[in-house]
Amino acid sequence: MKMVTAIIKPFKLDEVREALSAIGVQGITVTEVKGFGRQKGHTELYRGAEYVVDFLPKIKLEAAIQADQLDRVLEVIEKAAQTGKIGDGKIFVQSLEQVVRIRTGEVGPEAL
Amino acid sequence: MNKIIASFMLLAMLSGLSAPAFAEEALATASAVAETMAAPVVEAVLAAEPVVEAAAPVPNKGDTTWMLLSTLLVILMIVPGLSLFYGGLVRAKNMLSVLSQVFAIFALISILWVIYGYTLAFGDGGGFNWMIGDLSKLFLAGVTPDSTAATFSEGVVIPELSFIAFQLTFAAITTALIIGGFAERIKFSALLVFSALWFTLSYLPIAHMVWATGGYLFEMGALDFAGGTVVHINAGIAALVGAIVIGKRIGYGKEPMAPHNLPMTMIGASLLWVGWFGFNAGSNLEATGGAALALLNTIVATGAAALSWMFAEWMLRGKPSMLGIASGAIAGLVAVTPAAGLVGPMGAIILGLIVGPICLWAVSGLKRSLGYDDSLDVFGIHAVGGIIGAIGTGIFVSPALGGVGVADYSMMGQVMTQVTGVLITVVWSGVVAFACFKLVDLTIGLRVSEEAEREGLDTSTHGERAYNV
Repeated sequence: MKMVTAIIKPFKLDEVREALSAIGVQGITVTEVKGFGRQKGHTELYRGAEYVVDFLPKIKLEAAIQADQLDRVLEVIEKAAQTGKIGDGKIFVQSLEQVVRIRTGEVGPEAL
Repeated sequence: MNKIIASFMLLAMLSGLSAPAFAEEALATASAVAETMAAPVVEAVLAAEPVVEAAAPVPNKGDTTWMLLSTLLVILMIVPGLSLFYGGLVRAKNMLSVLSQVFAIFALISILWVIYGYTLAFGDGGGFNWMIGDLSKLFLAGVTPDSTAATFSEGVVIPELSFIAFQLTFAAITTALIIGGFAERIKFSALLVFSALWFTLSYLPIAHMVWATGGYLFEMGALDFAGGTVVHINAGIAALVGAIVIGKRIGYGKEPMAPHNLPMTMIGASLLWVGWFGFNAGSNLEATGGAALALLNTIVATGAAALSWMFAEWMLRGKPSMLGIASGAIAGLVAVTPAAGLVGPMGAIILGLIVGPICLWAVSGLKRSLGYDDSLDVFGIHAVGGIIGAIGTGIFVSPALGGVGVADYSMMGQVMTQVTGVLITVVWSGVVAFACFKLVDLTIGLRVSEEAEREGLDTSTHGERAYNV
């Protein structure tokens, strides 16, 4: 099992969710986050006061999936979230040791 | 009475146009009624003539209504307007402190005004009348619903109580404006004591000197239609002195202190603009063409200043900001305040165009180079805009420039008089504010603790939070 974490542009969330549903991903968790990468922040000006905002709003999307789904998941996220401009985000993949479905007590791949 | 009946008949006639017979009949009845009614009325007037001559003038209902309405409009400027304008500009942790400060000051000054403020501002101070009134109307002694106050027209009066209420709102907004200079760090108790002291020692004498018969600047011929010196320069200077005496906010210039809610600032600015019609056009004291002129000027000068600030910011900084448009509008309102009923609409537009970029410079370049932390730019907008308005009034009041003119007008002479008024206000307010701040600082302390300031005044001073989401 794999844990996929993707940082994407906020307005790409719907497209990514649809693409993941289409290939059979059962569920995702989404968080509004802030961060910085190569895309630089911007400057805000309030009358005379100028502030450089380094942290930009992004969406963090997490999906726990079967190991054999990984390639397709990475492919559709990449395709759906891409604009070709700096700041499109990153995808991180980790091994997932255990999953438990709380309602039934199922464990492992059946719990996904 | 006969006119009213006749017009009812006319209405009946109009609604009955499809029935000409009825209309004819109605017209005949109307004129008959008018004739029978007119005769006794004329007789009554003739008989009463000698009595009418001796009686004191009676307030006109239209004027009275306009003064009551204007008073409400100025209250709209203060309690929701100024509160939200200022509140949106501070950080979320200090939102309620600003709202509480404006609200409490309005309540406090209302009471002080009717106890001793009105009589000191508008009474006759005898030997000291050049500077201050007297205590003859302490607790509004002798004022009844029948008492009247003079207006700018001979023989035209308004109820004194409406004048007292209208002027009350001016005293309250002036004192409330000051809090912007030291928002986010003042001790609440210290602010209340300071407000009472400053209102007594600076607002009342300046208001008396500018607006009361016998007042020094009034007699000198200084023009201040709705309070450019009394309200805006007076408050702006006190705010600057406060910002300097209290010191900068912790982290000023290092940590971001961006406004927490600019939509609220926009709502506040809009309420200020709407309320300002009561402030400026109400200062005409009569519902006449003069009020209409002040109202129109209050629209166009504001529009011009919003645009000139916006374009200046766009050119110099690359982007036209909402806060810039709103700040420009306030600068325009401030500048047109002393000029409202005295200049022509084109003069008001020029005044607005001038004040926008200058105030933009005052809140950015000037503020940076002098290094004070006037949190919400009370000095940069109200004092600087007020000074431009005061001097501009001396210029654009000229009939040659579309103004209404004043007796024995010479532009140079009037401008010098205006400058004198500005200087007296700046020095008076500055010295009094400094003394009051120092006094409060030595007795109860002006500033909250560092810990309280970092935590935010909402929880540390008021025990509540603006947003629980």
